[in-house]
Amino acid sequence: MTETVRTTINGEKVVAEVPAELLLLDFLRDRLGLTGAKQSCEVQVCGVCTVLVDGDPVSSCCFLAADVDGREVETIEGLVGSDFHRRAVEAFMRHAAVQCGFCTAGMLLTAKALASRGTGWDRAGIAEAMSGNLCRCTGYRSILDSLAELLGATS
Amino acid sequence: MTAVGQSVERADGRLKLAGQAEFTGDIRMPGMLYGAILHSPVAHARIRSVDVTAAEKAGGVVAVLTAEDLSDLDPYYGHALRDRPVVALGKVRFLGEPVAVVAAESQAAADAAVALIDVEYAELPIAASLETALAQQAPLVHEKRARPGRAHGLGDLPDADGNICYSYSFRRGDVDGAFAGAAVVVEGEYTFPAVYQYSMETHTTIAHWHGGELTLWSSCQHPFLVRQEIAVLFGLPLDLVRVIVPFLGGGFGSKSYTKMEPLTAAIARKAGRPVRILNAVHESMITTRRHNMTCRMRTAAAADGTLLGRSAEAWLDTGAYADNGPRVTATAGDAAPGPYRWPALDITAHCVYTNTGPAGSYRAFGATHLQWIGESQLDEVARRLRVDRLEIRRRNLLRPGEEVRPGGKPLDADLIGDVEKAAINVGWGEPPARSADKKRRGRGVSVGLLAAGAHPVSMATVRMGPDGSVTVLVGTTELGQGARTVMAQIAAGVLGTPVTSVVVRGTDTRYTPYDRSTGASRSTTVAGLAVQRAAQNVLDALLETAAARLEAPPQLLTPVAGGIADAGGRTMTHAELVRARFGFDGGELIGHGRVQPEGGSGSYAEGPVFWEVCVAGAEVEVDTETGVITVLRTATVADVGQAINPQLVARQDEGATLQGLGNALFEEMHVAPDGMLLNDTLLSYRIPAFRDLPAAMTCSIVENGDGPGPFGAKGCGEGALAAVPAAIVNALADAGVPMNVLPLTPERVWRRIQELKIG
Repeated sequence: MTETVRTTINGEKVVAEVPAELLLLDFLRDRLGLTGAKQSCEVQVCGVCTVLVDGDPVSSCCFLAADVDGREVETIEGLVGSDFHRRAVEAFMRHAAVQCGFCTAGMLLTAKALASRGTGWDRAGIAEAMSGNLCRCTGYRSILDSLAELLGATS
Repeated sequence: MTAVGQSVERADGRLKLAGQAEFTGDIRMPGMLYGAILHSPVAHARIRSVDVTAAEKAGGVVAVLTAEDLSDLDPYYGHALRDRPVVALGKVRFLGEPVAVVAAESQAAADAAVALIDVEYAELPIAASLETALAQQAPLVHEKRARPGRAHGLGDLPDADGNICYSYSFRRGDVDGAFAGAAVVVEGEYTFPAVYQYSMETHTTIAHWHGGELTLWSSCQHPFLVRQEIAVLFGLPLDLVRVIVPFLGGGFGSKSYTKMEPLTAAIARKAGRPVRILNAVHESMITTRRHNMTCRMRTAAAADGTLLGRSAEAWLDTGAYADNGPRVTATAGDAAPGPYRWPALDITAHCVYTNTGPAGSYRAFGATHLQWIGESQLDEVARRLRVDRLEIRRRNLLRPGEEVRPGGKPLDADLIGDVEKAAINVGWGEPPARSADKKRRGRGVSVGLLAAGAHPVSMATVRMGPDGSVTVLVGTTELGQGARTVMAQIAAGVLGTPVTSVVVRGTDTRYTPYDRSTGASRSTTVAGLAVQRAAQNVLDALLETAAARLEAPPQLLTPVAGGIADAGGRTMTHAELVRARFGFDGGELIGHGRVQPEGGSGSYAEGPVFWEVCVAGAEVEVDTETGVITVLRTATVADVGQAINPQLVARQDEGATLQGLGNALFEEMHVAPDGMLLNDTLLSYRIPAFRDLPAAMTCSIVENGDGPGPFGAKGCGEGALAAVPAAIVNALADAGVPMNVLPLTPERVWRRIQELKIG
C-alpha cells in the first residue's frame, strides 16, 4: 500500500508516493539523497536521525514518511546557510565540539528547536533538553559550551 | 614548527557541521544490493541442515550465501587465532552468529527473505559464562585448537586447555616470602562487566568484485590488516584487494581488525554485484564488545607502606571467537602490577571461550580491566597502615628510566608529578565539602600504565606540488580523534607551510602507504613520526634547490612561512622552488617517511613504543538511601610529551572520561544462561548523556618532551578511560563504600551499604 505525501522539505515542495510503512529517515536518505541525518539506535534514543517537522525535533528513524504529509521538514542540508547555522558552526569550531561528526547534525537541529523557543537557556536546562542526543566521542562539555553560547541569555 | 602545539581548527569540522562528511553508509554504488544476515537463535548447536530454497525464490533476492558457498576456500579468519568461519560452518557457537546472508534489491526484501530460511539445529550444552566455561566437563566451544593468525604479536602460542584459548603469565622474586613477611595483605575477588563500545556509526561494509579485483569500502580502523586477512581468505595477492576508508562514526576499538568484511565480500562474490551490509545496533553488539572478567588479586606491603608483592589471576571472557582476546589478555596481565616497584610478582591472565558474542578491543583494554582492582587494593593497604593514599603512591611509584617489565621499555613519564596534579584538581587535602544528611562524599586517585603503540610499522608520503600545496598520504583512519588535523600540523610544522595548505584524506590501500593500524594510541607517535620524516625529506629537497638558486650554503638557509630564506633575508617560496627544480610549472616533490622496529624484532615483549599514562582523580557523592552516585569532579592528566594540538588532546581526555564514567557506573551487557543478550538496544543499554557530565571536569596536559614521536610527542586518549573508573571506585571507598563489582549500579551500591550498615 502506498500513500501520497505532499510535503515541504528544506523549503522545496515534494510530492511522492511512498509505502505506508516507509520511515522518514529512509525516505530522506534513500529517496531524496539527504544523507545528513544518520541511522544508529533505531529506537529514538540516540538522536543522530533528528530532523525538524514543523519546527519540532523528531527521530526520523521512528517517524513515518507518510506522516509528514502537509507538514514542513527541515534537515541539516536545509539548515546550512541560515544565520543560526553560521553562528553554530563558529561556536562548535571554537570549542572543537565536533569529533567523528556522526551526531553533529542531530545536535544542531535539536539546538535550532531550542533556539526557536527563546534564549536565556542555562546549562542545566540545555543539558536536560539535549538528553535525546547522544555523543560517544566528545564527553559533551565542548558541545554544552557551544550551545550555552548559542542559546544562553547573553547571546 | 609554528603549526605544532597550536589548537588549530579541525580540518574536517566544517564539513561535518554541514552534514556533508561521507560515511560508508552514505555511499550508493550503481547496482548495489542490500544484505541481511540470518542470526542463529541458539547459542550452541550442530547445524543439521540449511534450506534456502524459499529465500532464493523470494521477490528481489539475488543471492543467498551459506557455508556451502565457501567450499573452494579455507574459510577461517582471525588475526590472533584463525578460529572463525565466514559464516557458521557445521555448528553455531553463539546466539546471533551469522548462519546465512541474503543480498536483495532492497533492504526490506533482504530482511523479508531471511525469515524464509529454514535451519535445523541439534542443540548442545551451553557455556555462556566464565563459570560454566571453566567448570569440569564444560562443553567445549571449539573442539580443536585453531591455527595462529598472522598478527597476534604474542610469540609462540601455547596449546589450548579446555576453553582457555590463551594464557599470559610472568613471575619475579620470592612471592611466597613476600606475603609471609608482610605487615598487611589485602586480597579480594573482583568482577568487571561486558561493555558495548557503541560507536554511533555501526559496522558498515560495501564489497564490490570487478575484473578479479575486490574493493571494500569499510568502517574499519585497520585497513591494511583487513586487506591482509581478506587476501588470504580469498586467495588473492594483496594488491588485488583494495580497502577504502571513508570517515568513521567513532571506533573506540570496535572497528579494529576484521569484522563484517569477510561476510560482505563473500556474499558480493556470489551475487556478482556490489553488496552493502549495515549492522543494526543489536548486530554490532554481537559483533564485538569488551571482555567481562573475574580476577583474584592479593597485595602485600611492609609496615612503612613499601610494597612487597602482588599476585593476580584473571579470566577474560572472549566469547565464541578469539578476536583480539589474546592481546587484551596479555595487556590485562601487564596492567595488573600497576606502575610500582615490586620485589615479587606472580601474574596470570587467561583468555576464555564462551558461547557468547565475541569480545575484542575497546579503548584502554586490559588497563581498564585491572587498574581499578590494583588501585583499590593499594588504597586499602594505605587505609590499614594509616598512610596517606597519595603518599603511598609517591613512595612506590616507578621513576623515569626504571624498568617496568623485564626486557621492555623503561618508564618514560613522571608519574608522581602526574598523580599530584590529578589529586589537586579534585581537591585533595581540602576539607570535605558539607553534604546533605544521608549523603557521603569521597575522593580518589588512580595511576596506571598502558602498553601503547602496537607494532611500530608505519609509512607515509608527503607530496608538494608546483603551487606549493601539500598532500599527506598516511594510513591513519579518521575516527573522530582528529588524526587528519594532527598529521597536517606535523607536516606543516616541518615545512613551515600554513596548515590550511596541507591536505590529508582517507585511506585507500591502493595509494596510501602501509600503516599497521589505528589503535593503541599509536597514530600521532608512530604514523606521525613517518609523516615528520616524509616532510623532512621534502624539506631537504627544497633546501637543496634553494642552496643552488640562492647560491648559499644549506646550513645558512632556514624554513620560513611558505618558503626558504637565506641569511640575508632573500626568500624563495615553495612554489618557486618546486618550479625551479623542474624547470617548468610542473613536477612535484615526493618525500617518504618510514618507521620500523629499531634493533629488534618489534615484538610486544621488547616494547612498548611508549607507556601511555593512565592517571585520574575523582570526587563522588553517594546517597546512602538510594545507592545513587553523583560524580562531582573528575581530573585527568594527558602526559603527552608534546601536544601537537592541545584542544584535541583535551577532547580525547573528556571523551574518555565520560566513557569511563559509563563503564564505572552503569554500562553492562546482560547475558542469560542460554546465551541470549538481554539488553540489546539503547533503550536497555544506557550510555552517558549530557546530564551525566560531572560538574567539574579538568584535563591537565603535561609536556615533558619525553615521547618517541614527532617533536617529542607520545599518544593519548585511552589512559583516562582506564584511570577514571579506578578513581571513582577509590572515591566511593573513601566515602565508606568499598566495591569489588562493576558497574556501580544503585542497587549494587545500596546492597553494599546495607551490608556495611552505614548511612
